[in-house]
Amino acid sequence: MTEPRSPLHGVLGEFETPEELLTAAKKARAAGYKHIEAYTPFPIEGLAQAIGFRWTAVPLITLVGGIGGGLTGFGLQYWCSAITYPLNIGGRSLNSWPAFIPVTFELTVLGASIFALVGMLALNKLPQPYHPVFNVERFAHASTDRFFLCIEARDPKFNLAEAARFLQDVHAQHVIEVKDEE
Amino acid sequence: MSVTQTPVNSPEIRRLDPVLEPGHTYASVTDKIAAVVLTRPLGIGWLAGFTITFSLVMMLFVAVSWLFAKGVGIWGINIPIGWGFAIVNFVWWIGIGHAGTLISAILFLLNQKWRTSINRFAEAMTLFAVACAGLFPLIHTGRPWMAYYMFPYPSTMGIWPQFRSPLIWDVFAVSTYGTVSLIFWYIGLLPDLATLRDRAKLRYQQVIYGILSLGWRNSARHWHRYQSAYLLLAGLATPLVLSVHTVVSFDFAVAIVPGWHTTIFPPYFVAGAIYSGFAMVLTIAIPLRKAYGLEDFITMRHLDNMAKVMLATGLIVAYGYFIEFFMAFYSGNKFDVFLATQRLHGPYSHFYYALLLCNILTPQLLWIEKVRRNVAALFVLSLVINTGMWLERFVIVVISLTRDFMPSAWGRYSATFWDYATLVGTLGLFAMLLFLFVRGLPAIAISEMRELVAHESHTKKDQE
Repeated sequence: MTEPRSPLHGVLGEFETPEELLTAAKKARAAGYKHIEAYTPFPIEGLAQAIGFRWTAVPLITLVGGIGGGLTGFGLQYWCSAITYPLNIGGRSLNSWPAFIPVTFELTVLGASIFALVGMLALNKLPQPYHPVFNVERFAHASTDRFFLCIEARDPKFNLAEAARFLQDVHAQHVIEVKDEE
Repeated sequence: MSVTQTPVNSPEIRRLDPVLEPGHTYASVTDKIAAVVLTRPLGIGWLAGFTITFSLVMMLFVAVSWLFAKGVGIWGINIPIGWGFAIVNFVWWIGIGHAGTLISAILFLLNQKWRTSINRFAEAMTLFAVACAGLFPLIHTGRPWMAYYMFPYPSTMGIWPQFRSPLIWDVFAVSTYGTVSLIFWYIGLLPDLATLRDRAKLRYQQVIYGILSLGWRNSARHWHRYQSAYLLLAGLATPLVLSVHTVVSFDFAVAIVPGWHTTIFPPYFVAGAIYSGFAMVLTIAIPLRKAYGLEDFITMRHLDNMAKVMLATGLIVAYGYFIEFFMAFYSGNKFDVFLATQRLHGPYSHFYYALLLCNILTPQLLWIEKVRRNVAALFVLSLVINTGMWLERFVIVVISLTRDFMPSAWGRYSATFWDYATLVGTLGLFAMLLFLFVRGLPAIAISEMRELVAHESHTKKDQE
């Protein structure tokens, strides 16, 4: 966050098919680029791996939410029914745990679902109204029918001319500079 | 792709209709679905439909306001029939909601490609149905401004909810279901909202969809986390949807009232919920595809599959009716036996016969392929099944409560004008929300349709 902003975000290559993009992404990794990002109108199998992204914490966060929700659910019922407001009904056990299962289950699912949504958004750093790629006019096609590969300027190997030539070599239809100006 | 060629979706089963008519590209599916929201002018049909349903919502407001002013005495409920229409409608609406989650979560986990073009509006239907359902127990409490007593909160009175009561389970089940359905729906909408933002020409559309899409930019890393979250939510929603109607059935099954106290209730309620839910999806899908020319996306294959699901769940429901009778006589419990004969010969027997006609006999027509491929017939059948499922809940609630253990506790029930006004009002609310939805949000998941286009073109290439 504190690093000085460079006016150049990177260089964007536009492709017509997911296969071309996938090949280009693999070649970019092989060429030594580390900070690359792909933009596609729908998820493409293997693309995240091709740009060097393997592990996501979303399942772990969801698990934590689920366990937290379940413990909260059971704890709440136990505390209410056995500790703070015990009702003696025909001498039955105060910790009547089978009766607490439905609410425990519901809160497990609720906790996990909320954590899945919030975790996904937080890891994606959304909401984020501004991003340099939005400055590119053709980028609107990323949500319709075009596939983009961005080689970012923060990559240690980045050189504008070289990156642009690389994208042309892998048959990008358009090669566009992405400026970061607010 | 040529249009004349036999479309091939599942190569092993050639005679099936496609899930997507051939000839579509990423851009054409996007254009077609987004245009309904962004550019299409308001037609006379939409305006007329909205006006009618809006006036029904006004009627609902009047009915509920009158209820708040006078109390639940304006309804037909009495002692011993304390539940009446409010609970009949609650169970009916919540059941309708189930198909949405089934389509979006269970069919997703089962990798059923045909769910793609119907999941979005089915999920919307779920949300609206749950909203209508939630209204009934709330206004049925008599003093709805104290409904928050049902939630555990540290009050100065020092009292806490009775967590051993199915009614409290219901509060948690339904509110969790509503929340999770909303989360699932919103996650699915996120990329489509970004698509609308990118395609919007008018300033207000850009601003609204821009805010709602949270700056989604279709990045591969984002998609990766998105898919992970979506899959997990589908996995979470699957047991949830089965649990919700199970908990609703506990409201009955945990009580000792004859006709309610049976173990068949949870599975039979869940099957009935899916049955009525699919009927409602068809009731919505058939006019929707016609009105907005979406026949390429919601094809005969979808209608046929939904009809088959209705047939299967309808048979499970029929089995449930049979087992209810069988167990009543097999148990030898005289109260259960008496209740079973009351269903056939009692004062409400015409409801029971109508129920058998709507839910068991008529849907057997779905065995015939010609019926499943006849859009008009399917539409009529879906309405018949919806009616039948409403009658089922009426039979369960009213017949049992009017024929309790002691003849001195027997009674009669008939609904009043305000009961009907509230029921019709929620139908209006449901339809009005759907009218707003089809014009405000993409009724079909656009990004998933693009994925389907990619999938179809791969299958086609493999064939050649």
